[in-house]
Amino acid sequence: MPLSSRHLLGMQNVPKEDIQLILDTANTFKEILDRPIKRVPTLQGKTVVNLFYENSTRTRISFELAEKRLSADAVNFSVSTSSVSKGESLKDTVKNIEAMKVDMIVIRHSVAGTPLMLTKLCDSNIINAGDGVHEHPTQALLDLYTIREKIGKLENLKVCIVGDIAHSRVALSNIFALKTMGAKVSVCGPSTMIPKQIEELGVDIIYSIDEAIQENDVLNVLRIQLERKAREYFPSIREYVKYFGINSERLEKNKKDILILHPGPINRGVELASDVADGPYQVILQQVTNGVAIRMAVLYLLGTLN
Amino acid sequence: MKILLKNLTAINPEQKLNEKKIDILLVDGKIAEFGQNLDYDERSNKIIDLSGKVITPGFIDIHVHLREPGREDEETIESGCKAAAVGGFTAVACMPNTEPTIDSAEVVDFIKNKSINNIVNVFPVAAATVGRKGEFLTPMLELKEAGAVAFSDDGVAIKTASILKRAMEYSKMIDLPIIEHCEDESLAFGSMNEGINSTLFGLPPLPSVSEDLIVMRDILMAQYTGARVHIAHISSANAVKMVREAKSKNINVTAEVTPHHFTLTDEALKTYDTNLKINPPLRTQKDIEEILLALKDGTIDCIASDHAPHSPEEKELEFDYAPSGIVGLETSVGLALTELVHKKVLSIDELIFKYSINPRKIINLSIPLFKVGEKAEFTILDLDEIWTVNKEKFASKSKNTPFDKRLLTGRSIGICNNGRMFLNGEFVA
Ligand SMILES: [Zn+2]
Repeated sequence: MPLSSRHLLGMQNVPKEDIQLILDTANTFKEILDRPIKRVPTLQGKTVVNLFYENSTRTRISFELAEKRLSADAVNFSVSTSSVSKGESLKDTVKNIEAMKVDMIVIRHSVAGTPLMLTKLCDSNIINAGDGVHEHPTQALLDLYTIREKIGKLENLKVCIVGDIAHSRVALSNIFALKTMGAKVSVCGPSTMIPKQIEELGVDIIYSIDEAIQENDVLNVLRIQLERKAREYFPSIREYVKYFGINSERLEKNKKDILILHPGPINRGVELASDVADGPYQVILQQVTNGVAIRMAVLYLLGTLN
Repeated sequence: MKILLKNLTAINPEQKLNEKKIDILLVDGKIAEFGQNLDYDERSNKIIDLSGKVITPGFIDIHVHLREPGREDEETIESGCKAAAVGGFTAVACMPNTEPTIDSAEVVDFIKNKSINNIVNVFPVAAATVGRKGEFLTPMLELKEAGAVAFSDDGVAIKTASILKRAMEYSKMIDLPIIEHCEDESLAFGSMNEGINSTLFGLPPLPSVSEDLIVMRDILMAQYTGARVHIAHISSANAVKMVREAKSKNINVTAEVTPHHFTLTDEALKTYDTNLKINPPLRTQKDIEEILLALKDGTIDCIASDHAPHSPEEKELEFDYAPSGIVGLETSVGLALTELVHKKVLSIDELIFKYSINPRKIINLSIPLFKVGEKAEFTILDLDEIWTVNKEKFASKSKNTPFDKRLLTGRSIGICNNGRMFLNGEFVA
């Protein structure tokens, strides 16, 4: 069974069978990552461009490794956002890349909808590596993979996404993917960070972190933006830490058995206390490992479609 | 010019006129004869049979951006007037956010001169404040004398309550309206309406309360000063309700709506088509329902397109980087006939109020009448023609429309004004 779409733009409308297929394929690739020679010839002769309009070294390295381990030719094309206004338009850049005969484009961009725009500009398979505060599908897939690996199932699992939901590309992808797989999803954070009408997606809103811990099997904790502009959304880091930060005391008080995910990089002492970030409940580094396997699976499934 | 038009249905609510089988003899830009069964074969050098077509007082679009001076690559006064003629408008009022701004008599003169022999009359709206910066009043008396018909900082709202108060007090002296683009500056950083769809599409939200706040401010200021304020491109249900209430208190407020705001909702943005990026943004079905109600009950006085040409280079950008605005002159009447008249929201008489009588009154223009001796200024409609929008055939220099390939029912087939007549895509006089 091949994937039902030739692009991966988001988790909205990705059917259960496709998610299942990607997770199962990632299982196979994860075994390869444990071998001494971590390379298969699956995508030999294919060229993948990592087109990054936003600095995200981690995501880019993860994709790059995945591409190399599948023996694809990986090319990085980074454009700093500051030079965009003066430089070449996205349309011209993509036309140029396409003229070099590439097969797949992995795009990261600060503007939502740009990956979709790319599908109209060129014939390559497009993989969204994060667009604005819209979607980041491979992150959601690696989160699902990690949860399934640890707990053994996704169906009827209670998952809460904690933090700045409104300015996260991870939240929406997680909500769509988890709900498709039958999990119960809630969000927890200060009300200024909960996007308008999100409850219409069938998620509960929780304003108490203690309740979120008590009620859920999994917490997916998002990074809080600390830049000046983001600071309009909450009074102070101190208040955030006090009412939404997760530390072991809080975990122990409420419940012991919980799985904690974080897409990284962590603000230690803000959304996660160090004793939690290094503690027994978190699977943060496993997420990173699984990220490579998931991206290999996505690249492989899309790259061998046609 | 000597043309005999035959078999029209003439409708002019201003004269309480609605008659079928009307013939009109036009001589040198005036109505020489008007009535049934005119037979002037030997005296007219052209006879045009317009059976089944409707003739109305000339339509006007009081909110267009003609881009000249400054962005002649996107539109010129000439190309914009051509688009207006194709769209069925004998007149337009053009907004002052040009380069330079229409904030001096020289720029008003420039525009007037450029349009002097055109079939379409161009009425400049001058800025309310110098450079639309919200600091100093423009020379409104001089601007009026040069031909400005209203004042607006369109693109933005007049910056502060303090300068707004002065602008209203001053413009009241000469009975010209202030046209307001209602948007609270501190909330104006999104690219689409805030709601479930902005959450779903991940685009920065622009809340409707940003519009409501300024509409409320402007209504209160109009009440306080007694001046006239016209709310441009109203889009939020709350704002519409405020206008309705203000009118019931006899405050001098009028309002316009664009065809896109009564046709499309923010759900359309799932395609991330930058031709759907508009300010104010597309709102929700609930807002549309309130707008339709307000068109019917008279809360919304007129329909204006907010014709905003943009070059393809500007629109073919990432969504957040693309400028707001779409062209509208050539789709406005078709959309209104399709969405309002054929869906029985408005009668044809009511539509004529929205496109001709009300907007003309807002900017102090007289209403063209169908009477012997009057200037011939009219629009000819085919209410039932089914046609497909084709942006490649637009007379406008810009093609940024979300309505390309849309099937519409009804359109304007021609206009007559200033001694010239444009019919079915060509000048017949
Ligand atoms: Zn405006």
